[in-house]
Amino acid sequence: METIDSLIFPPLASMQRDRPAPAIHVNGVSLSYPQQPEALSDIALKIPAGEVTAIIGPSGCGKSTLLRCFNRMNDTIEGVAYTGEILIDELNVLAPTTDVTSLRRRVGMVFQRPNPFPKSIFDNIAYGPRVGGIRRKRDLDEIVERALKSAALWDEVKDRLLDNAMSLSLGQQQRLVIARAIAVEPDVLLLDEPASSLDPISTLKIEELIYELKHFYTIVIVTHNMQQAARVSDRTAFMNAGRVVEFDTTDQIFTNPTQPATEDYITGRYG
Amino acid sequence: MINRTLGNQHISARFNAELEAIKTDLLEMGGKVENQIELASKALINGDGGPAEEAVAIDREINRMEKDIDEQCIRILARRQPAASDLRLIISIAKVTTDLERIGDEASRIARVALKLAGEDLNSPAVVYLGRISSHVSGMLRQALDAFARLSVDAAVRVVLSDKDIDEDYAAGLRELRAAMQSSPEYVDQYLERIWALRSFERIGDHASNIAEQVVYLARGVDIRHTDNEGIKSLLN
Repeated sequence: METIDSLIFPPLASMQRDRPAPAIHVNGVSLSYPQQPEALSDIALKIPAGEVTAIIGPSGCGKSTLLRCFNRMNDTIEGVAYTGEILIDELNVLAPTTDVTSLRRRVGMVFQRPNPFPKSIFDNIAYGPRVGGIRRKRDLDEIVERALKSAALWDEVKDRLLDNAMSLSLGQQQRLVIARAIAVEPDVLLLDEPASSLDPISTLKIEELIYELKHFYTIVIVTHNMQQAARVSDRTAFMNAGRVVEFDTTDQIFTNPTQPATEDYITGRYG
Repeated sequence: MINRTLGNQHISARFNAELEAIKTDLLEMGGKVENQIELASKALINGDGGPAEEAVAIDREINRMEKDIDEQCIRILARRQPAASDLRLIISIAKVTTDLERIGDEASRIARVALKLAGEDLNSPAVVYLGRISSHVSGMLRQALDAFARLSVDAAVRVVLSDKDIDEDYAAGLRELRAAMQSSPEYVDQYLERIWALRSFERIGDHASNIAEQVVYLARGVDIRHTDNEGIKSLLN
């Protein structure tokens, strides 16, 4: 008899990776926007491979700015300046010589508001592989199925792959977007408040999906929902005013943080 | 109804697993405590030191389990923010482990009395009452843990109501020992040890009753502590 779990989250046996997920080392990263004080100040973090790391902190503390450093999305902001290095395996993400297009395939990103393309479900997933040069229908079929299964969406959409992706619910759209990121076989997944637009049930499904995916990818999630960070992550970094105040296992952060500022934030005394 | 709620699976399979694990650990701890009482009782009633030593040794394991289960409770509270029946489950488990650990301490105390009195005359005063009380409180604990496993309010209430049945045997045992101390003052130390053992059994009964009260709270969300029999019936109807 199928259990509820197998219906919601079919086994990820179809996933294959030929390389382990990488660790991310952030060394002395500072960043400032034009005409503004530093948004990030001397950030140092060792994000372990194959784990979920949450970044929490008050609004404007630099969480999303740091996240966007990992795939150089801050480059899209004119005049932004940064120093330091971010190593994903041997690759220094911030080096001027780094191929940003290739980087963004390796380091996928999912945003707060689901942003499927106004295309079919199939074409949403196949878009990235097609751009990467894969043309054979059989190969694309396989990639699409594998990605949708990995995102726990296949059973819900397998009979309507040609339907427009905008016809999906918000929760399904977000899983579609995750599938789209997975289809190009990234090493790292960046999730910027991936469930904040979703209802509680869809949120829990996304969180379960994150737990399954960490067996294959290194995942960094930014969330303003502390309880979500507590539920979903292995490690948590608390940021404030552009700095990392504390970084430790999630168990430790949420039961016995060492820094008073962390304790204040976690317990709602902040402000 | 609580049974249906607790029977439904959470969306988070990990949360399900964590709750199952902590329930299993609690029942395992309860099993060890039951075994400890049995060994201590046997040692005391039969005047045999062997089982008593085993009972004392088990206490270390029980203390370790208390700390481990408490840690699991804290972790679940911090990371899962449980609500409703899940919250009551964690709170109840945290309280039940305390009662089980205290029962373990009392069983150890009884075992140490048994070690002190090992090899003595088996017809000494109050042995009959000690035997009856030990049997009664062992049954109370077993039924309380069974009620927890089955979330049975009826079984739990029966345990709470049966606590008063110990009183008669306890009072009779005390009377017999007081009389024995007056007639044979050279054995006062031994009779005092038996009074401590009687008291420990009575305390075990109290703790078993506490566990049963937590079962009612868990299953129905009703707090029947510090309530007389009539009050309990009224709260549960």
